[in-house]
Amino acid sequence: MPLAAQGRMAGMTHVLDPDALSDDARALSVPLPPYRDVTRSDSAFRAFLHGLPGVDQVGAEARVAQLGTRSIKTTSKAWAIDTAISMVDLTTLEGADTPGKVRSLAAKAMRPDPTDPTCPRVAAVCVYGDLAGVAREALGDSGVHVAAVATAFPSGRASRAVKIADVRDAVQNGADEIDMVIDRGAFLTGRYMDVYEEIVAVKEACGDAHLKVILETGELVTLDNVRRASWLAMLAGGDFVKTSTGKVSPAATLPVGLVMLEAVRDFRAATGRQVGFKPAGGIRTTKDAIKHLVLINETVGPDWLDPDRFRFGASSLLNDLLLQRQKLRTGHYSGPDYVTVD
Amino acid sequence: MTSTSVPFEYAPAPESRSIVSIAPSYGLFIDGEFVDGTGEPFTTVNPATEEVLTEVSSGSAADVDRAVRAARRAFEKTWGPMRPADRGKYLFRIARLLQERAREFAVLESLDNGKPIRESRDVDVPLAAAQFFYYAGWADKLDHVGLGTRPRPLGVAGQVIPWNFPLLMLAWKVAPALAAGNTVVLKPAETTPLTALLFAEVCRQADLPAGVVNIVTGAGDTGRAVVEHDDVDKVAFTGSTDVGRSIARAVAGTRKKLTLELGGKAANIVFDDAPIDQAVEGIVQGIFFNQGHVCCAGSRLLVQESIHDEVIASLQRRIGTLRVGDPLDKNTDIGAINSAEQLARIRELSDIGEAEGAQRWQPACELPDRGFWYPPTIFTDVSPAHRIARDEIFGPVLSVLTFRTPDEAVAKANNTTYGLSAGIWSEKGSRILQIANQLRAGVVWANTFNKFDPTSPFGGYKQSGYGREGGRHGLAAYLEGAEQ
Repeated sequence: MPLAAQGRMAGMTHVLDPDALSDDARALSVPLPPYRDVTRSDSAFRAFLHGLPGVDQVGAEARVAQLGTRSIKTTSKAWAIDTAISMVDLTTLEGADTPGKVRSLAAKAMRPDPTDPTCPRVAAVCVYGDLAGVAREALGDSGVHVAAVATAFPSGRASRAVKIADVRDAVQNGADEIDMVIDRGAFLTGRYMDVYEEIVAVKEACGDAHLKVILETGELVTLDNVRRASWLAMLAGGDFVKTSTGKVSPAATLPVGLVMLEAVRDFRAATGRQVGFKPAGGIRTTKDAIKHLVLINETVGPDWLDPDRFRFGASSLLNDLLLQRQKLRTGHYSGPDYVTVD
Repeated sequence: MTSTSVPFEYAPAPESRSIVSIAPSYGLFIDGEFVDGTGEPFTTVNPATEEVLTEVSSGSAADVDRAVRAARRAFEKTWGPMRPADRGKYLFRIARLLQERAREFAVLESLDNGKPIRESRDVDVPLAAAQFFYYAGWADKLDHVGLGTRPRPLGVAGQVIPWNFPLLMLAWKVAPALAAGNTVVLKPAETTPLTALLFAEVCRQADLPAGVVNIVTGAGDTGRAVVEHDDVDKVAFTGSTDVGRSIARAVAGTRKKLTLELGGKAANIVFDDAPIDQAVEGIVQGIFFNQGHVCCAGSRLLVQESIHDEVIASLQRRIGTLRVGDPLDKNTDIGAINSAEQLARIRELSDIGEAEGAQRWQPACELPDRGFWYPPTIFTDVSPAHRIARDEIFGPVLSVLTFRTPDEAVAKANNTTYGLSAGIWSEKGSRILQIANQLRAGVVWANTFNKFDPTSPFGGYKQSGYGREGGRHGLAAYLEGAEQ
């Protein structure tokens, strides 16, 4: 880590939380081999990220359009729907969230379809950090994870110390997954080491909690940026790369998903470490969800078709999955009154 | 965390055959009527199952003569004198009917040709309709084609088309000919006559005047009769270089104008600064699209030596995801080889490749028991001297060569007797422009491959033929006063 960066961070953390960054964080900041030396300096890191192969936007869009024509019917559709349900991070991220709302969401997460006990539970409930405790208590030992957004979500515009405190607070409240946002301002001005060091610091503050790194691809705009940010987040130790906060449009588009999946695939091939992928925002229908499952299947393979490696960040998606599931079971479509309001 | 790695199996998703009704036998389409041919009838099979689809009339020289006379009459009496705007209306009508009956055409094309329904549905049929829409618009604007005022049609066009894109090649031939005011006698390929016969039905549905479009099915002899008929003013052929050469000989010394669109051995050049993932997609699209039965297929991969291993590894992984099988399944990527004859040629050339020292790689993939199938194949360690680097295989077989510098890439790309198409993959725009200018190929794709559009002229250098089809240039082949 450059001395200047250390000084900046030490200065920041001193104000609000003297132990926000420990020496351990600095030890963690060395990426996995064979990339140990790419963060040795700002210029080395920049050269590495800009040396990644470019992405041709037209080609990426053509590829996802072709995969979008896959026809998933009958038994494979049933499998896909249940798999998708088990991968949902059931999310509420509103200013109006209350303990009551979170408890109701938790109940739904554990038993999405009250009329059908064979319906799988979702992967996690995703809330703001202050409500993580409510979710934790409501979910008990159901196996449904508690994910909390942190680091001055969704904008990420706060000092690093505030972000670290936000993370610690969420973890203390019972979150076992943290969804952080990267500093897009720093990324877009080319201060890649700042973004990197912040992720390293957050990862340390997470302790045992899994870290999902939100790139907010709608603000990074180009697919070249998406690829660089994905690599940056993986090198910094993120357990998942996640597309979006859901507060910016466009959110989880398929071309962005393709590029991020190529990144996690190539990263595993190079380092042996498998990083998960979470598209979030804008995925509302079963059709969208199945397109993502097909994208995973044909880009990275079945190793990622697992809730530990793939999640959907969504709120309204679950009800559409449940309606389609009921349709397959009963042979006819019902309506919004046959699934629960959140 | 553990990974369970459950495979995501796609259940069969076959497109229904019921939309198409295939008659037990078909006649020739001459002067607006279906009539029996006087040649020996032949059968056409579904190459995916070897099931006989139907029996088709074979046009004798006398049948061809009747067709040419019908075309001549229509040229002189109806189509030639017709107001150009009205000719355009008929073409627009045909285009709309192709769209309306798109599913029917797609299913029939896949049945008769063996290509996956995804391609016939998303590529062949939409492009065929687009071709008619595009040239329909030109019909009343021929003064503005850039060939001087009042360019005149040539008369009767004799057209012979191949089996790889039966309906699309028909559209490439018929639409510009008709828009320019000519009438046509078209001979579809022996193994794939059915969509042309369905097109004849569309001509009737569109009330196209009798004799404007005549379709004479048959084998090589029928094609020869079309090409050599004295009253044909224009010959257009797409197919093999050997047949093209004999047509050029037959037409030499006559008044007939000739365009030939023949074979190819295109170089797909991947530089080390390419967008690798998209380049791999483009390589796949370049050689495995339509089972490699594409005259402009990117059958020679020229990859910069510094990224050879990385590209080949990615390519192999990607090829492993290709789904080979039932052409009517909506999830099939690679269908059947069109005929036993073509399959034999692909096998023979692949075996020669191996015997000459190239390394053959094929993914583990199960092929159906019946029908004509060949797995996607790549050859590495190919030298420019190997036959698989020189001869057109016309199948799903890629030959991989390497280069070190841009000059070497250009030299190797141009070192072929063909010159139909080429591809360049690089994120550096200036390099793309510089290399494209040095390639002797009719079409050069940059960061894409096998993309077609009716507005874009298409045609070759050297043994890939001469003349251009598509775009404004495509009209020049069917107009007099067109050559300045």
